[in-house]
Amino acid sequence: MKTLVWVEHDGATVKDATLAVVTAAAQLGEVHLLVAGSGMDGVAAQAARIAGVGKVHVADDAAYAHALAENVAPLIARLMADHDAFLAPATTNGKNIAPRVAALLDVMQISDILSVESEDTFTRPIYAGNAIATVQTKDPKKIITVRGTAFAKAATEGGSGTIEQVATTGDAGVSSYVGSEIAKSERPELTSAKIIVSGGRALGSGEQFHAIIDPLADKLGAGVGASRAAVDAGYAPNDYQVGQTGKIVAPEVYVAVGISGAIQHLAGMKDSKTIIAINKDEDAPIFQVADFGLVGDLFKLVPELTEKL
Amino acid sequence: MKVLVPVKRVLDYNVKPRVKADGTGVDLANVKMSMNPFDEIAVEEAIRLKAAGVTEIVVVSIGEQKSQETLRTALAMGADRAILIVSEDKVEPLGVAKLLQAIVAEEKPDLIILGKQAIDDDNNQTGQMLAGLMGVGQATFASKVELTADSVTVTREVDGGSETETLKLPAIITVDLRLNEPRYASLPNIMKAKSKPMAQKTPADYGVDIAPRLTTLKVVEPAKRSAGIKVADVDELVAKLKAMGVAK
Repeated sequence: MKTLVWVEHDGATVKDATLAVVTAAAQLGEVHLLVAGSGMDGVAAQAARIAGVGKVHVADDAAYAHALAENVAPLIARLMADHDAFLAPATTNGKNIAPRVAALLDVMQISDILSVESEDTFTRPIYAGNAIATVQTKDPKKIITVRGTAFAKAATEGGSGTIEQVATTGDAGVSSYVGSEIAKSERPELTSAKIIVSGGRALGSGEQFHAIIDPLADKLGAGVGASRAAVDAGYAPNDYQVGQTGKIVAPEVYVAVGISGAIQHLAGMKDSKTIIAINKDEDAPIFQVADFGLVGDLFKLVPELTEKL
Repeated sequence: MKVLVPVKRVLDYNVKPRVKADGTGVDLANVKMSMNPFDEIAVEEAIRLKAAGVTEIVVVSIGEQKSQETLRTALAMGADRAILIVSEDKVEPLGVAKLLQAIVAEEKPDLIILGKQAIDDDNNQTGQMLAGLMGVGQATFASKVELTADSVTVTREVDGGSETETLKLPAIITVDLRLNEPRYASLPNIMKAKSKPMAQKTPADYGVDIAPRLTTLKVVEPAKRSAGIKVADVDELVAKLKAMGVAK
């Protein structure tokens, strides 16, 4: 089987999310990549070095600069004439683009796969991860998005893919990019952080949230998250939210501070390798999933922990 | 200006899903069902856009007869009329998108607003598929919508921040959680909604092939996490973190 993998990049470098998709694609067959954007020489060269990569299709056109689905979907649909499966990371870009490609090819997409069981069978989470479905597709072409935390990352070096420029499809003329605001933070992004420190409503205020959570996160080199309750209360910005309707994370270590562990929150973090919970209520549901629980006053315990680390 | 809002009836988001013992799916017998929370936000946004020139809101649902209740909820919130396409069998996003395309051909809405995903199957596909089939612009994960006479500018929640796009009308918007806070329907509005028009159709009326492409072989519960241990104090926690190599 020949696969085509969407390379997620920021215009200059290949993003980590791509690497797990390469691993998933390699389980299906030959791995080809698609690098779409504007001024892609550097990204293409980097992509070609990813271990296990065959051909790297490069579509260099201003119309692809911001990965507008209206512009890139026709390109992918055309390239799919020579490929059997298209795989994209389940990032906001991948989720935006893949279903549009699926519709153009009259294929039912398989979203957010956790494993490849065979050429046509995959597992995927439903009900916010409260159930895992095994699904088999009848479609001759496969359109798939891949949950990054479920697959090992392919090595960024060691590959020798051949770079090939492909004809572009231009601007579909129905949408235009206006601008973006990407939060600049010294901290790692939640979805790729190895360690996350999350705060809940027990922090009591925005000031206390930052005063208690930030130093611990800095000490651990961790990303900062929050429960929906903390976000709704205005203690933390929207993009911090971990949970069913926020970000789904699976770091090596997840530290839940003053988070009770509502179903919606657990759905977003229960695949973390190690969960540490600090909460004053010893019956809080978070302790049912925590590997290490510490019962007590977070305002005393967290600063002490920060200091002793 | 006419807006179409597709809505779905799903297991209420406060109910913990139980996997059926025979592994065929999640048990939906005798449990509370509600409008998909993202769809509620879509309905609310359509209502708010009445201030920006929207004159008619048509809600549509594809599903079992009981989806009537979901449509009545949308009508009570402020939608003007409803269309129910009855299918007792599950329809996949591709089939839903094709049925919606057929409705769009009849209704000719200027804007279609829907939830970014349904919280049952978590597919996150329908809006993008419909946009692809129609060949129009799509703005997914919307957190802000500004409507003019011939275009819509949408701020989208993307990994790491936000992005703004302008789409020509007609266009598709899929909404994210933070776009608005949906209203509760008042009792007088619930009463009024009972007399608002609701058309009933079947997939056959539209001549659309909705045969599923995917077969669900089994549904299981995820591997359970077992509770770990409680540590006595910070020192013991620090020791555990050091043993894991997280702290030095």
